[in-house]
Amino acid sequence: MTPPPAIEAFGLVKTFGTTRAVDGIDLCVPAGSIFGVLGPNGAGKTTTLRMLLGIIDPDEGHRHVLGYERPLEAAPLVGYLPEERGLYPSMTAREAIAFMGALRGLPLAEGRRRADALLEEHMLGHAAKKAVRTLSKGMAQTVQLLGTLIHKPRVIVLDEPFSGLDALNQGRLETLIRAQAAAGATILFSTHVIAHAERLCERIAIIAGGKVRFEGAVDEARNRLRPVVRLRTRASDGPWRVALPADAGQSGNDWRFELPHSGIEPLLKALIDGNAGIDSLSIERPGLHDAFVSIAGAEAAAALDQPTAKEALL
Amino acid sequence: MNRIQRLFRAATVIARRDYVATVWSRSFLLFLIGPMIAVLFGGVLGKVGAQTDGIALQPILVAVVDQKSEGPLKASYKRLNEQITDLPALHFVRPSGAPELQARVLLGEAKSNIALVLTGWPAAPHINGPRKQVDSLAPTMRLIMEDALTSEALSRSGYERPKLDIEYSVVDAAAGKSSISRYFLARSAQTILFVLTILLAGMLLSNLVEEKSNKVIEVLAAAVPVDAIFLGKLVAMLGVSLTGITIWGTLIAGGIASAYHGQQIPQPGTGWPVFVALGAAYYVMNYMILGGLFLGIGSQAATVRDVQTLSMPITMAQIAIFAAGSAVVNDLDKPIGLLAAVFPLTSPLTMIARAAQENSLWPHFLALAWQGVWVMFIIRFAARRFRTGVLKSGSPRSGWRFGKARAAS
Repeated sequence: MTPPPAIEAFGLVKTFGTTRAVDGIDLCVPAGSIFGVLGPNGAGKTTTLRMLLGIIDPDEGHRHVLGYERPLEAAPLVGYLPEERGLYPSMTAREAIAFMGALRGLPLAEGRRRADALLEEHMLGHAAKKAVRTLSKGMAQTVQLLGTLIHKPRVIVLDEPFSGLDALNQGRLETLIRAQAAAGATILFSTHVIAHAERLCERIAIIAGGKVRFEGAVDEARNRLRPVVRLRTRASDGPWRVALPADAGQSGNDWRFELPHSGIEPLLKALIDGNAGIDSLSIERPGLHDAFVSIAGAEAAAALDQPTAKEALL
Repeated sequence: MNRIQRLFRAATVIARRDYVATVWSRSFLLFLIGPMIAVLFGGVLGKVGAQTDGIALQPILVAVVDQKSEGPLKASYKRLNEQITDLPALHFVRPSGAPELQARVLLGEAKSNIALVLTGWPAAPHINGPRKQVDSLAPTMRLIMEDALTSEALSRSGYERPKLDIEYSVVDAAAGKSSISRYFLARSAQTILFVLTILLAGMLLSNLVEEKSNKVIEVLAAAVPVDAIFLGKLVAMLGVSLTGITIWGTLIAGGIASAYHGQQIPQPGTGWPVFVALGAAYYVMNYMILGGLFLGIGSQAATVRDVQTLSMPITMAQIAIFAAGSAVVNDLDKPIGLLAAVFPLTSPLTMIARAAQENSLWPHFLALAWQGVWVMFIIRFAARRFRTGVLKSGSPRSGWRFGKARAAS
């Protein structure tokens, strides 16, 4: 029996002034999955997550989190790492983590005990009694992440979690996300970096202009595109050219085109029979980036590469 | 755990954090000891000044007498000084040259404060001095001289002074004096409520801006209802202020006890224990009503500069409320006084004045219940402003139902 979805949203709409930030979004995040919300800056990802968490109310639509119609009722079972990291500068790392647990219903004494264990586990035991203001940026981000996990949530929502992290810490975070999912937690994270979604997610939602353009498995997104054939021939012309698709792109003796629906074998036969002289031939499965371009458009794809406001400041 | 319990549990977590963070900060120490240092410094300087003034301004009487005549005057002065407070000092100088000239020289001494000079005692007493001093101090000098002469005469006749037994009956202060004391007590209580609230308004606003600037608000709002955040912050600052009040109050009570040592302290209409309890209750209500409003207004501020801009109208509004509360101290039973007691913003100030002046208790129970309703109403209103101002989420359906579910969340 399939477990009920961890998060569901139906027709969420949110307008700020005259801007319709979210325009009728539907989502279904399966329990125990790693689900990525992918979209360029300003697509409506953060607003959607904030509505799902109950931080703000939608103007229209409704949502369920772990079966609760009011997301805040599920708060003890949910962990949230906001895009704009926020910790009290004067609190010690240990107290900050325990406080975040206490907000979610974990007794302070137990929170402190778990905080000590988590800090040790992440090689930050020496920082337990240091004020947050004295920690490095990376350490403070780790402290906030541990505060998100302290109460062992069933649903973990991460808004642009990789933003501002160096490569080493990004790798650590990916490992942590996989470990949490392996332990049974549902992970929902937003990102504007396709590579993270491609490596981590089983399912994704592509959001652009406040609407969901695609929701489904990563493979399903990729499979919307035909595989790409890259061919290099020695001959530049001959009867074999008839076998190539009409819209094949050419650059000298290099050819690029979608794999014909008839498959590769008839094409190979025509190339050999026509003495095209095959130097190299490869069939490439489309990446998520290609799928994104196909689904959301080239403009949205170009916007994906723009850094977030926070990254721009770094 | 039902929704109300969850709300209060979450508010407790936030209140605890804010309280500890504030009380364990250096700025709180300054907040706490700053006024005490000012009061202490002022008190010490005032006392030293008063003593210095007392020494410098105390008039001196001088008797130009030979050694033989000095004894009776000295004995008389000693006797009178035991019974009359603030008797001017009496110094003795031996005759030297013409008495009139000597008196002028003595009165002309710049560094002393010689007011009168007696010459020619006891044969032809002559009091020298400026008109003002002669008018005010000559009777005292005369009293000393007459007492000296009487004592000498009695002594010579062998007559013994009869012992004077006086019975004393101590009564409470006269009704007029009690009424004046209570009036000043009412004013003092109002002033204390006002000063404490004005101190806290600034702290509340700064606290909220700090929260917004360090982005913690997002973490809080994702975990607990906004009402709980709001209530927690309000309660934390109340706790901070009560900590301060306990410390200041103990010192002030000590100061009052010391100032009224051996005297009767003015009694408020309700008596001290009830008055103190009502004072605490009205302080809490005043703080919750005004603090809730200020927190709601403060949520609209994005920066410290905005807070500074908002501080001016807030302070002016507080002064206006204080002025309105003070204006009706003499008219508590007139329509204007009753209106001030009913209007939620002036009600605590007006009612504490009533507690100082009148002894009936039932109006206070009524007023506290009425103010409690307004506290809930204002908290709900301010929480809504907080939600729209801080979180940029305005759900018209979410307001006005304290403790109930928000329709859309």
